[in-house]
Amino acid sequence: MIEVIKPGLYSSIQDKGRFGFENYGVPISGSMDQFSSILSNKIISNNDNDAVMEITMIGPTLKFKTETTISITGADMSPLLNGENINLFKPHIIKNGDILSFGKLKCGLRCYLSVLNGFKTKKIMNSRSMYANITKEFRISKGDILNLESKINSNNTISLNDFEYENHFKGPFIEVYKGPEYEKLSIKQQTNLFNKKFTVSNKNNRMAYQMNETIENNLDSIITSLVIQGTVQLTPSGKIIVLMRDNQTCGGYPRILQLNESSINKLSQKHMNDKIIFKLI
Amino acid sequence: MKTYTLKYKKFGEHSILVEWPQIINEKVLNNILLFKSELDKKNDVKIISCKTSYNSLLVTYSDHNNKISELKSFYNEIKISKKLDIDKWEIPVCYETEFGNDLNLLEKNLSLSINKIISIHSAKQYTVYNIGFLPGFLYLGGMDERIFHPRKEKPAMNVEKGSVGIGGSQTGIYPNNSPGGWQIIGKTPIDLFDINRNKPCLVKPGDKINFHSISKKEFQLITVQEKSGIYKLKKTIND
Repeated sequence: MIEVIKPGLYSSIQDKGRFGFENYGVPISGSMDQFSSILSNKIISNNDNDAVMEITMIGPTLKFKTETTISITGADMSPLLNGENINLFKPHIIKNGDILSFGKLKCGLRCYLSVLNGFKTKKIMNSRSMYANITKEFRISKGDILNLESKINSNNTISLNDFEYENHFKGPFIEVYKGPEYEKLSIKQQTNLFNKKFTVSNKNNRMAYQMNETIENNLDSIITSLVIQGTVQLTPSGKIIVLMRDNQTCGGYPRILQLNESSINKLSQKHMNDKIIFKLI
Repeated sequence: MKTYTLKYKKFGEHSILVEWPQIINEKVLNNILLFKSELDKKNDVKIISCKTSYNSLLVTYSDHNNKISELKSFYNEIKISKKLDIDKWEIPVCYETEFGNDLNLLEKNLSLSINKIISIHSAKQYTVYNIGFLPGFLYLGGMDERIFHPRKEKPAMNVEKGSVGIGGSQTGIYPNNSPGGWQIIGKTPIDLFDINRNKPCLVKPGDKINFHSISKKEFQLITVQEKSGIYKLKKTIND
């Protein structure tokens, strides 16, 4: 097991998501940056869907009460094992009593910690992804005990040396398709969408990322329709909202663009004041 | 089935969005639900999920090779005579002002007595057009226009679980404590969404809902029965 000494700013358990309940209004959830989360599992030969810890901006302090093998990918938050720096993208063998903590955030926003065979928190509706009112907690708290298997794996692991990983979240370009209401925009509005740089506002979380800049909006609301992860909505005040992993399943704002999977992952690693440019696929 | 001219659009890498004419009525809804139920029956392993709303159906696939043409011909070949599985639910609601915080406001703004508002609200049969916004939040259509009322200008920070509200031309039930902008007229002791049940959400799109007025005593009794799992919600199957 792991004891949470400090929870960090916002750390939660996530897997690939909760599928099959969207028709009852249950969001899919899952790791914001699926690429990093799956990579972290692959490094220690886990299954892609094994539950990982998603750590946001300020890392937790965790005490291991069992042996295991871990790996950390995604944002570089200067991870420390018993006070010593350890590398990202490598398997690390953990002994009973070891303490994992984090230092300064160097790049990105979210990192992913996997343990051998995944975190064994309670599965609800086929998933361990934390979400308010579905799982008991929506993030980890001080004193929590998280279950995992007591097992190490020193042979069957992958190390990524000199991995040019940062490219995954560097650069402003976010790739998009046209959304269902894109054609309702005027040529001027469409041009503005791709010529303007947008800035990530302080309203950014697992549910959605809102941008500071506005686009002139004269479109009517639509009859409540379906939205998915990565849908870009245009609000009546002209604000641009990109729906993320904990998105509601329906909405009435025009859906002007749609991010592809890799751009959802990329945007999840952006923070407040980062610039983005939409690029049509 | 060529009842409607549908629009098919690729939505992201994995989904196809199908759109019906932009009108709200039961004919359109039932046509959407029939399409969905026939797709569900196909048990296609490539389809991860199928989601509906007022005028649309979203089909999500496990791979990128989904074809609009296949979905189109599937729709066109559905037999109209196929029946939908629709349930009718009777939801008990206590309309005491203690629970319906906004009843006094509505009495004033609508120039109707509280008793009249209650009798209008509980007389109609409602149709579940959509479930979303919160897990288990039902979008109900079919309200009597005498009790249409705009939403609050500033949403309430905490609307209690079970609260029954009016928002514009719609009525609905809050399945969990949450912020919300609807005018609250009562409360149900029933858990519409419970993760501990095999089927967390009893009601599905297309189902019918009736509200029936209960006293505070009955409310307390049903609350206890619901907590111990012995309350059985009244359900009749439509023919």
